[in-house]
Amino acid sequence: MTNGIKEIADADFILATGTNTTEGHPIIGLQVKKALRNGATLVVVDPRKTEMAEMAQYHLQIKSGTDIALLNGFAHVIIAEDLWNKQFVQERTEDFEALKEIVAKYTPGYVAEITGVPAETIREVARGYAKAINASILYTMGLTQHICGTHNVFAVANLTMLCGQIGKASSGVNPLRGQNNVQGACDMGALPAFFPAYQPVANEANRAKFAAAWGVPEMPAGPGLTVPQIINAAGEGKIKGLYIMGENPALSDADANHAVHSLENLEFLVVQDIFLTETALLADVVLPAASFAEKDGTFSNTERRVQLIRKAVEPVGNAKPDWEIICLLSTAMGYRMQYDSPKEIMIEITQVTPSYGGITYDRLEQGSLQWPCPTTDHPGTPFLHTGKFGRGLGKFNPVEYVEPDELPDEEYPLVLSTGRRLYHYHTGTMTQRTGALEIAYAEEHLEVNPVDAANLGINDGDFVKVSSRRGEVTVAARITEKVAPGLVFTSFHYPEVAINKLTNAALDPISKIPEYKVCAVKVEKLPATAAEKAS
Amino acid sequence: MSKVTLTINGKQVTVPAGTSVLDAAREAGFFIPTLCHDPANPGFGACRLCVVEIKGARNMPASCVTEATNGMVVETESPAVMQARRTIIELLLANHPTECLTCDKNGDCRLQDYAYRYDVRQASFEGEKHDYPLEDSNPYIIRNMNKCVLCGKCVRTCAQVEDRQVIDFTFRGFQTKVAPAMNTDLAGSDCVYCGRCVAVCPVGALLYKPMAGKARTWELTKKQTTCTFCDAGCQFDLNYKDGKVIGITANTPGEGRPLCLKGRLGLELLYVDKPLTPMLKKDGEFVEVTWAEVLGLESVFEKLKAQETQK
Amino acid sequence: MANITLTIDGIQVTVPKGSTVLEAAKTAGVFIPTFCHDPELSKPGACRICVVEIPGMRNLPASCVTEAQEGMVVNTQTPAILAARKTILELLLANHPEDCLTCPKNGECKLQEYAYFYGVKADTLKGAKHDYPVEDDNPFIVRDMNKCILCGRCIRMCDEIQGKHIIDFAYRGFNSKVTPAMDTPYSESDCAFCGNCVAVCPVGALSEKGMLRKGRRWEIQKVKTTCPYCGAGCNFDLNVKDGKVIGVTSTDGDVNGRALCVKGRFGYGFIHHPDRLTTPLIKKNGKFEEASWEEAINLVAEKLGGIKAKYGADANAILSSARCTNEENYLMNKFSRVVLGTNNIDHCARL
Ligand code: SF4
Ligand code: SF4
Ligand code: SF4
Ligand code: SF4
Ligand code: SF4
Ligand code: SF4
Ligand code: FES
Repeated sequence: MTNGIKEIADADFILATGTNTTEGHPIIGLQVKKALRNGATLVVVDPRKTEMAEMAQYHLQIKSGTDIALLNGFAHVIIAEDLWNKQFVQERTEDFEALKEIVAKYTPGYVAEITGVPAETIREVARGYAKAINASILYTMGLTQHICGTHNVFAVANLTMLCGQIGKASSGVNPLRGQNNVQGACDMGALPAFFPAYQPVANEANRAKFAAAWGVPEMPAGPGLTVPQIINAAGEGKIKGLYIMGENPALSDADANHAVHSLENLEFLVVQDIFLTETALLADVVLPAASFAEKDGTFSNTERRVQLIRKAVEPVGNAKPDWEIICLLSTAMGYRMQYDSPKEIMIEITQVTPSYGGITYDRLEQGSLQWPCPTTDHPGTPFLHTGKFGRGLGKFNPVEYVEPDELPDEEYPLVLSTGRRLYHYHTGTMTQRTGALEIAYAEEHLEVNPVDAANLGINDGDFVKVSSRRGEVTVAARITEKVAPGLVFTSFHYPEVAINKLTNAALDPISKIPEYKVCAVKVEKLPATAAEKAS
Repeated sequence: MSKVTLTINGKQVTVPAGTSVLDAAREAGFFIPTLCHDPANPGFGACRLCVVEIKGARNMPASCVTEATNGMVVETESPAVMQARRTIIELLLANHPTECLTCDKNGDCRLQDYAYRYDVRQASFEGEKHDYPLEDSNPYIIRNMNKCVLCGKCVRTCAQVEDRQVIDFTFRGFQTKVAPAMNTDLAGSDCVYCGRCVAVCPVGALLYKPMAGKARTWELTKKQTTCTFCDAGCQFDLNYKDGKVIGITANTPGEGRPLCLKGRLGLELLYVDKPLTPMLKKDGEFVEVTWAEVLGLESVFEKLKAQETQK
Repeated sequence: MANITLTIDGIQVTVPKGSTVLEAAKTAGVFIPTFCHDPELSKPGACRICVVEIPGMRNLPASCVTEAQEGMVVNTQTPAILAARKTILELLLANHPEDCLTCPKNGECKLQEYAYFYGVKADTLKGAKHDYPVEDDNPFIVRDMNKCILCGRCIRMCDEIQGKHIIDFAYRGFNSKVTPAMDTPYSESDCAFCGNCVAVCPVGALSEKGMLRKGRRWEIQKVKTTCPYCGAGCNFDLNVKDGKVIGVTSTDGDVNGRALCVKGRFGYGFIHHPDRLTTPLIKKNGKFEEASWEEAINLVAEKLGGIKAKYGADANAILSSARCTNEENYLMNKFSRVVLGTNNIDHCARL
C-alpha cells in the first residue's frame, strides 16, 4: 500500500475495484465506511452486488475480466475532458503520449459495450476521480487473479499518475494483501528472484553480499521458479523434492486436481503445518508446527507495518515453532543455524534488509513500525512515493484490454468467479475448527442469479453439479441477485467444495498468477437421490 | 511405608497407605472442591462437597474422610457427583446473601468459585436469609454471620490452640451459628485477634477490618513474609495494591505455634504505608495505644530511658 | 493550539482549549467515574455518573460534556457529588440482578467497581427486576439484557465505528431496551458478529460466548498479539488461563483500535483443536506413523540432501508461507539459498 489504513478514512473519493473489503478485510472496510460518513464518494467495481457495492454511490457491475477496458475508459474521459493533472504528469512522470495514444480508442461507448457499464456512468466516475482532492484506489485479488492481472495493475497506476492522486496522505494505490503476512514473506525474500528487501538475485553484487553475510562461498544465480511453475515442474518430474511450510496448494491452487497429481509425482514431499491438511496427506514426512499463539515473531501487514506476535501458550504436544524446525533441519544438513529466539533472528534480518534496518524488538514493544525504517532513530514511513517514485520518474505503461483466457461457450455457458466469505479464511484449515465460525457459516453454496436459476430449473437449496473442463464439485445453490446473470460465485474455504478443481491455471505471463476469477462452467441440477448421496 | 494403588478417573495413582482419597486425587492433579476440609486439621467431613463416586460403595462418600485403598476405583466429576455438588451449593446459596457486588471476599471465595464451576446461580431455591447484624465490635475482625457456611474451620483452628477455643457452634438448625460463648461478640470474649480463623474462612464471613473496603481481591498481590517478633516463624502475607502494602494477613502459624496479634501488628508497623493506630482492650473497652505498648516494648523503653537519665 | 488552565480539586492543570472537564481531570490524575462516555465515540452525556461541581454553574454538570474554561474551578469529591453518584448507583442497582456470583464480567465491571468504591449496597433501593430471557442463539455473543444499564455505548460503537447500526434503544421507561430493529435477536438481524459492542459494554450485559465459564476475569492473563488472518494486521489480547487460550478481547491496536472482525475475535478455537498435529509423522507403506523429531529431521535431511546430490540443487523447491512470521520466512529464504542451493522458493502471495 502506498498509504496507511487509517488514511483511507480521509479520502474524499474511493475507487474500490475487485475488493470485497467489508468481508475480506473487515477492519479496512471500517475505514471506508468512516470515509463515507465523512462525505466521501465510493465507487465499487465488482461483478457481484456485495455489501460494499450496496454502500457505494456507484456500483459498476462489470463483466468479469474487463477491468482494463474500464480503467482505460476512465483515462480516456479524463484526457478528453482535459481533467488530467498537467503539473504532476510533467514533473513526475514519463511516456504520457504513449498512454494518450492507447486510450484514445477507449471511448465511453466502446467501453460500455465491453464492460456492460453505461457510458454516462463511466464519464461521471472518471470526472469524480480526477477532481477529487484525495482519491484512494483499493484493490485485491479481484484485480490480480486474471491472466492480465499485471496489466490491470498498470492500468490502475496509469490512472493515478494521470491525475496525480499519489504520494500524498489518503491518496494512492492500495492493494490489500489477503494473508496476514504476505507482505512480510515477500519482504523477507521468500521469492524466487529476490533476496530480502527485494534485492535482485540476478545482481552479482547482491549475491556476493549475501554469500558473505551468510558465510558461504556463493549464492545460486539461476532464476528460481514461482509456485505454479514449481507445481508444473513437479508434475513433469523436474522437481523431485518439495518442502512446504504452512501452505495448502492441494486446495488453494488453481486447477487443484492437477496440483494434487503433481505433488503425488514428487520423489519426496515434506509438509510442515499445524493441521493434517489436504496437502499434508500427500506428504512423506509431516512436521507439526506451533500456531501463532505459541511463538514469538513479527508479521508485516498490508501497509508495511511490522508488528509483534507474542507467545501466549506452549506449543501443543511435541509441535515446534517453524523457525526452530528450519534451524534443526539446516543444522542436520550441515549448515549450523542456531538462534535463541526470533528476536535474535530479527537482529540478523536488520543487517541484510535495509528497509528493516532500524527495526528492533525493543522498539516494537513500544509500538509498530512501518518500513522503510532504515535506522534505529528513523520513525518509519506511513506513506510511500512522496517527491519521487522508487525508480525516479513514474512511467506510464499503457495496456490493451484482452479477453479472459477462457470464455463461456455453448458447453460451459456460465462464468465462475471465486472469493472470500466474512466468516472464513483461505482453505478453512483454521476457521473450520474454531467451535464458532463454522457453526455460524456451516455450509458453502453457489450463488446463482434468478434468471439463470429459472433457465436451469434450479430452486434455492437444490444441490447442483458445477463442472469445468478440469473438474467438478457438488454444492447447494443459493439464488440471489448478488450475482449478475451469467455469473456464478463461491468461495474456496471449504474442503468439501474444492472449487479450485475447476479454476483455470492459465497464468498471467508477468506475475505468474493464475486466473482464479474467470473460468467457464456449466451448472446442472442433481436428481434428489444423487444430491442426498453427495451431501 | 506401605503403598496402595487406586484408579482415579481412569488414571492409576499410587499413594502411601492411610492417604485420603481427596489427597490422592489432588496429588494426581484432579480437582475436588472442599469447604470444611483444612489440611492442617483434617478429618471433619461435614460439608460433603468433596463427595466422589467409588465403585461398589453405597452412597457417595466424602473423599476427605475416606481412606484410599488398594484397587479402589474413583470418579471425581461423574454426573452423579456433579449433581450432588450442585445441590449442596444450591442449598448453601439458598441461605446466602449474594452480595458479591461489594463483598471483600469476591474473587477469592470458595463458595463463589464452586458456584461458578458448577454453574449454580442463586435463584434455584428461594431460601430464608439470615439477618444477623454485622459484628465489628473490635478493631481487627469483622464477622458477617449471614455469609457463614458453617464449615467449622474457624472453630477447629481456634480450638487447636490450647486455652483459646473462643468460638463454637451455637443453636440448631437454621439458627445454627458460630459465636463466642454465650453468643456474645468477639469484643466481649477472650479472643486474642490472632486471625487464625480469618485465614481459614473459605467465604466472606470473617474479614480483616483494617482492609475492609480498601481493595478487591484481584487488585492485591500477596508476598509471604516470616514474622520476626519471636522465633516461632509464623507466616504472614503482605498485601500490595498499586505497589503499596495496604494490610497484613495471617497465612500459616509456625509449627505448633499460635499466630498472634502482636506479630501481625508489628509487621503492619514495618510495612504498611499508613498503619492505623493500634488498639488494645483495657477494662473491657478498646482504646488507642502506642506502638511501643502493643509490641511489648514499653518496658524496654522504660529501661532505656532510665539508663539515659542515669548517665 | 491555544491552551487553558483550570483547577481541579486544587490541582492546576493546563489542557488544549476545547478539552472537556473530564479530559482535563484525567490529565490532572483526578479520577471521575463514567458509564456512557467513551473517548472514541460521540458523547451523549446521559448517565450523569461523571457529575462535578463548578461554582457559578447551576446543578451539577456532567464533566464528559462540559468544556473546560480558563480559570475554571472544579470539585469532583464534594458531599453533593458523592450523594448524586450514590443515588445514580442505587437506582441502577435497584433494577439490576444480584448476579456477580457467577457473572462473566465479575472483576471487570464498572457497575461493580463503582458500587464498591462508593460503598453502595445492591439492595439499598428495592426495584423491579427485568425478566428477559438470556439470548444465546448465536455462537459468538451472549446478551443478558437484565444487566444492561442503558449506557448506549454498544449502540454508538456499532453505528459509529462498525458502521452497521444494528441496535438501538426501543420502548420507554422501565421497558427501555437495547435491541436490533423489531426486537429480534442478533441472529436474525444483519449483525456481522464483530463483537465490537461486547468490547465496549461496561457491564455483563454483553459477553463472549466462548469465554463463558472458562475462567474469571482475575484468573486471566492477557497477551497482546497480532491477528493471524487477513493482512489488516489487527492487534488483540489472547486471554490465557492455565496454559490455554480461552478467548480474545480487544486491546488498543495501532491499526484497529478496539475494533475486530468476527474472525479475529472469535476464530481462536483452532489453537487447541484436537485435530492439531502434535508429533512428526512419517509415511510408511502408505500410512502415517508417529516418529521422533530426530528421526523425522534426519529423514528429511537425508532425502533433500540425496535429491540435491543426485539431480542437482534445482531439483528441490520450497513453498514458504504468508502465514508464518518474518523471521521464519527469512530463515526459509536462507535455508533455500544456502543449504539447498536453489532459488526455487516462493509462497502463495498470489492467492
Ligand atoms: S462470601 Fe463469597 S459468595 Fe458470599 S457474597 Fe462474599 S464473595 Fe459472594
Ligand atoms: S465463619 Fe467462616 S470459617 Fe467459620 S464456620 Fe463460618 S464459613 Fe466456616
Ligand atoms: S454486570 Fe457487573 S454488577 Fe452486574 S452482575 Fe455482572 S459483575 Fe455484577
Ligand atoms: S456484533 Fe458488531 S455488528 Fe453486531 S451488533 Fe455488535 S457491533 Fe453491531
Ligand atoms: S448492552 Fe452494555 S453497552 Fe449496551 S447499553 Fe447495555 S450496558 Fe451499555
Ligand atoms: S481481526 Fe479481522 S480484519 Fe483484523 S486482521 Fe484479523 S481477520 Fe483481518
Ligand atoms: S459519563 Fe458523563 S454522562 Fe455518562
